[in-house]
Amino acid sequence: MEAYIKGLGIVSPQKTFDTNDFLSEVVEHNSKSLNCIEPSYKELLNPTLARRMSRIIKMSIAASTVCLRDAKIEIPDAIMTGTALGCLEDTEKFLLAIIENEEQFLTPTSFIQSTHNTVSAQIALQLKCMNYNFTYVHKGFSFESAVLDGLMTIAEGEAKNVLVGGHDEMTEKFYRVCDRIGYWKKEDDVPTMELFESKTSGSIAGEGAAFFMLSHEKTENCYAKLRGIKTIYKPESNIEIEAKISELLSSKGLTANDIDVVVYGINGDCRYDKTYNHLKDSLFKKSTSTYFKHLCGEYQTSGSFAMWMAAKMIKTQTIPSAVLIGKNKSKQIKNVLIYNTFLDTDHSVFLLSQC
Amino acid sequence: MDALIDQLKGEIIEQLNLEDLKKEDIDADAPLFGEGLGLDSIDALELIVLLEKNHGIKIANPADGKKIFQSIRSMAEFIKANKK
Amino acid sequence: MSSKIYITGIGVISAIGNDVAETLASFEQLSSGIGELKHIRSRHKGVVPVGEIKATNAELTAMAGLGPDKESTRTALLGLIAAQQAVKSAGIKNIKELRTGIVSATSVGGMGITENLWMDYLDPEKSGPWLKYIEAHECGDSTEFIADALGIKEYLTTISTACSSSANAIMFGARLIKHGILDRVIVGGTDSMSRFTINGFMTLMILDKEECKPFDSQRQGLNLGEGAGFIVIESEKAAKGKEIYAELSGYGNSNDAYHQTASSPDGAGAFLAMEKALKVSGLKPSDIDYINAHGTGTAINDLSEGTAIDRIFSNKVPDISSTKAFTGHTLGACAAIEAVFSILAIKHNIIFPNLNYKNPMHELSFKPTISLKIDKKINHVLSNSFGFGGNTSALIFSRHK
Repeated sequence: MEAYIKGLGIVSPQKTFDTNDFLSEVVEHNSKSLNCIEPSYKELLNPTLARRMSRIIKMSIAASTVCLRDAKIEIPDAIMTGTALGCLEDTEKFLLAIIENEEQFLTPTSFIQSTHNTVSAQIALQLKCMNYNFTYVHKGFSFESAVLDGLMTIAEGEAKNVLVGGHDEMTEKFYRVCDRIGYWKKEDDVPTMELFESKTSGSIAGEGAAFFMLSHEKTENCYAKLRGIKTIYKPESNIEIEAKISELLSSKGLTANDIDVVVYGINGDCRYDKTYNHLKDSLFKKSTSTYFKHLCGEYQTSGSFAMWMAAKMIKTQTIPSAVLIGKNKSKQIKNVLIYNTFLDTDHSVFLLSQC
Repeated sequence: MDALIDQLKGEIIEQLNLEDLKKEDIDADAPLFGEGLGLDSIDALELIVLLEKNHGIKIANPADGKKIFQSIRSMAEFIKANKK
Repeated sequence: MSSKIYITGIGVISAIGNDVAETLASFEQLSSGIGELKHIRSRHKGVVPVGEIKATNAELTAMAGLGPDKESTRTALLGLIAAQQAVKSAGIKNIKELRTGIVSATSVGGMGITENLWMDYLDPEKSGPWLKYIEAHECGDSTEFIADALGIKEYLTTISTACSSSANAIMFGARLIKHGILDRVIVGGTDSMSRFTINGFMTLMILDKEECKPFDSQRQGLNLGEGAGFIVIESEKAAKGKEIYAELSGYGNSNDAYHQTASSPDGAGAFLAMEKALKVSGLKPSDIDYINAHGTGTAINDLSEGTAIDRIFSNKVPDISSTKAFTGHTLGACAAIEAVFSILAIKHNIIFPNLNYKNPMHELSFKPTISLKIDKKINHVLSNSFGFGGNTSALIFSRHK
């Protein structure tokens, strides 16, 4: 089960919307909640449909449109997205209206758009795409499940080009709600660019929408080859994690020594950095270490930002200095491994290689 | 009547997020659905709530909306005829 | 990829029964579960009837064999109860002896609790043990709750595609087995009643103020329900020597791509989903003995689905009924609950009646089966489930030979 990434589109808290650019300028948010830098939607969205869309729907449709154009595909053979929280803004809007108006004078739009499959459905609707359409909603496995389904679908042979995406948004209210159970840093002043150095608990909130065109065939514009993905639920030990990683690598005839760059999901929360530190100092001590959550913040589908970063590193054969931990030890970037976890419960491993 | 039509235009622009439109862009006699403003069945449900919330008129059957929401003028006439 | 998918366990809880035996008894007595809302405080109580499960959350917690301190969302509890039944009926003693995963589905997730606590969550002055429910809001939380209780660790995921969610969970689970990623998967879905969904469907003006009347020309809309259904599916190798309820022989997913909520008048998406499912199963339309329709009772669904069925079956439609007048529309759980019904139809050679039907729809060639039918051999059942966002899915269950 492998596929080529032949197109991508991403809206994130960084200037990532231009597919030709790769973090040439890094935006330092220095905030505990990183919001996306939104593109101009005018030529990307159908205005009749767009007038109802919330922010996350607009960002996702924009990212998927850029991805389709980048891959030069009009209609994908399948669409699968991952989102843990769905369309949070619409959900909150309808919920608040129920509470404040005591279940009266409610209008349907925010309810309709609160369903988790709104984004994949809207993409289908805009493209008039009647093909396979799935939405995965499992916390830190949401995007990962969509990616696995994408690989399975291509392996099944009928679909040639599959649109896979991850999207989650953060709202002002939900930030406050999650803050109550220790998700975010307590200190007022958080220098985000030094997140890696942080010794306190809590992370910084993030969001984003990233889409990828997975294809059965290698094309000129191909970014990278997606070799495989594995999810690990509540690992009991580092031994279990290493075994799962080795299983994935050996199934591709690789060992840890073949991994040039590792992308870690380090989020600055001292409670959860033990796995990353262990892998960095053991299995992957020879590999170049990078991280990304200081750029996009922590969110359930952040694996999609990591996959974008890995694909871009392979295609451009560069590692932006802003994502480096320590020295760049790689002459060449052939194989990149992503290790990410959300709250130490849902762990995931992605393997990408040069085309 | 003209005052009610003007008021309705404002309410519709707000309720349906027609941000790019100004009151004077909307023809009171133009069809709201299909051509004209290009509204759809979800907008029709929004307009039913608008009538209830802002004008105190309840429509029980969404199918009745078809006739009432032909144009802004037909909406205004309906409100005038049914307002208690 | 040609490997078969065997069903070795089933579990269900809905307004017509807390388990399979109670469910069958309700069908035999033509006893609908639709009635007045009890467990939720709502302005619409007494206005719109619903298919509620007759137990409080505390009672459900006890039913699941958990101590009061382990109480979770109603969605998670219902899911666990159905999944426990499925695992038990499959005779699973050690769940870790095979590579076992869970693919669950839900549309409301923890909203039933979030809607009660939202303002308290936002008030830093208020605090209490209820803060634990913040994390339970996410759809995936109910799946992790079930997985932890059953000891499932190998693979977990959750699907939400509105009212077709659990059909897609069953489909994805089957594909995980066919790809050799897992040997056995607990697949299904769970959804509980909430003010959020009741009010949401109110705004769409598609709730019937009486009991719903699927496929009746005078139908006025749907009744909401709640519940959970889970089935255990296994690979041919893993199921060897075990009692097999039925096979999952076909599945298809498509998108109507017509409108955010409404189905297309000709049911183009529904047609494609059924066509794909038939293709996967290798069956002809004439092989299907019974169709468990999505049949929500809304003007648009029943016309759209009926039209697509007429097209697929060239107007020679076999026995068909919607069971939603028994259970209500259980949203993300309905496809899994109806999967259990479809499997029971095969196991007991039984066709469930379409309650409250009187007036034929002139647009359709068929009339649904309106009385309990027990005189026909059922080999293949088609079960449809469609959702908002144009999501259309179809599953085919077949007798194991």
